[in-house]
Amino acid sequence: MKVLVPVKRVLDYNVKARVKSDHSGVDLSNVKMSMNPFDEIAVEEAVRLQEAGTATETIVVSVGPAKAQETIRTALAMGMDRGVHVQTDEDLEPLAVAKILKEVAAAEGAELVVMGKQAIDNDYGATGGMLAALLDWPIGSAANSLSLDGGALNVVKEVDGGLQTVKLQMPALVTTDLRLNEPRYASLPNIMKAKRKPIEAKTPADYGVDTAPRLKTLKVTEPAAREAGIKVADAAELVNKLKNEAGVI
Amino acid sequence: MAVLVVAEHNNAELKDATHKVVTAASQMGGDVDILVAGKGIKDVVAAAAKIDGVRAVIGVDHDSLERQLAEAMQIVVVNLMDGYDAVLSPDTTSHKNYMPRVAAKLDVQQISSVTGVESADTFIRPIYAGNAMATVQSTDSKKVVTVRTTAFAAAGEGGSASTSDVDAGVGALKSEYISEELSKSDRPELTAAKVVISGGRGMGSGENFKLLEGIADKLGAAMGASRAAVDAGFVPNDWQVGQTGKAVAPQLYIAVGISGAIQHLAGMKDSKVIAAINKDEDAPIFTVADYGLVADLFKALPEFEAELTKAGY
Repeated sequence: MKVLVPVKRVLDYNVKARVKSDHSGVDLSNVKMSMNPFDEIAVEEAVRLQEAGTATETIVVSVGPAKAQETIRTALAMGMDRGVHVQTDEDLEPLAVAKILKEVAAAEGAELVVMGKQAIDNDYGATGGMLAALLDWPIGSAANSLSLDGGALNVVKEVDGGLQTVKLQMPALVTTDLRLNEPRYASLPNIMKAKRKPIEAKTPADYGVDTAPRLKTLKVTEPAAREAGIKVADAAELVNKLKNEAGVI
Repeated sequence: MAVLVVAEHNNAELKDATHKVVTAASQMGGDVDILVAGKGIKDVVAAAAKIDGVRAVIGVDHDSLERQLAEAMQIVVVNLMDGYDAVLSPDTTSHKNYMPRVAAKLDVQQISSVTGVESADTFIRPIYAGNAMATVQSTDSKKVVTVRTTAFAAAGEGGSASTSDVDAGVGALKSEYISEELSKSDRPELTAAKVVISGGRGMGSGENFKLLEGIADKLGAAMGASRAAVDAGFVPNDWQVGQTGKAVAPQLYIAVGISGAIQHLAGMKDSKVIAAINKDEDAPIFTVADYGLVADLFKALPEFEAELTKAGY
């Protein structure tokens, strides 16, 4: 079974996003960038499927600027076999990315796509669902665990109020949630080895996909700031304030 | 202009999230209809018809909709979209599951988790965990929008919308529901609770979350957690408040042993009043808290509970 994992290079999750002074977007110059955390979980899951003998080949793909190659190398260092880099300097919307990924999945003959449930930059949480629909594949969203069951895939999903298990016919798409696994750190020998793994260079035009944006960003602003309040001395004062000053209990 | 709102329900009861999405839909202008897709949904349809400002309620009853399988929901919604300019749903897990599928099938870009409606095609949505707010205008002919329900007031009752049944049109699917394990709790639901008390990594263990239970019982509070506490395996994932979990906006949010990482603040900073208990006086949580108590939580929590008892709770 061939497994395809799309990954995105995003502002590191520990870095606070700063809005540009002209309100055109978020300032990404000279800040630390990393692989989207949910995508790391997807990479880890693919590598584990290969280690278990389930996946025959693992392919990582990223749609993004030249530096997205670093993110692909990170996935290769974690153990994936090879990469595809669809280079574009535009910040593509999920619909355009899903259309490109559909073509990549078809070209690679992928039978399983594992990807993050959302990217922590634009927070759409849409690319996985869109890709599944374009491929006419079933989806297991926000996976907590996966298990192959004959020719089908059982996915335990995180839902409001608990967990739900669905059974998907293959080929299928799974989006990852936090508890699926704990991603490994790449070892130095594996980082060295990853430098020799192949990365195929592509562009959106190679797939004949129209990537024109559908949304116009009119402005990006800071959220309304919340003022820090006061410190209370002890639990008694806290109860008193909540009851008599704020009136919320 | 007509807007379709997909109802949040559990086949027996209509959830308040629906009323909030109706408010967002009304702000776009035009007629608002509600889709109730489920199994055995007669009571839900009747409840939806009473929401103020709703023109019509469409009931779609089918086995595959009992658990709102993504493939089935996609088919039902897409089939209805000939008659609508926009479809709106709450941004809860059951709707996040199929709305991107609907958008892709309609060839439109989904607009996720909107917190403001400027006009029929322009919306405000948080990006970067709420550290920036983007105002976006859709150029698509149809809009597919999920709504951050904490940002909208609930539409009132008193309407009398017409109701009709529509065939699901769902054939063979490539996925099936197997089972569900829902945590049983007498406490209110996290996103609907008036008071929420959450624990973070500082709680030290899942066992220690018991220290929050007595307080939650007294205040009728829902219990939540930070991503760090979920990552550490202290509590289930569906307790998670933050960018990658749930967004809450209760009257009172009590953060215990939570440092206040960016991604946690994203999910709770719209709460009316925030109280924080943390032993680190430099913890970022204190920059958003109305009332901060710098103390060891293992000492402060029993005292807090005792003070509540004294105050008659």
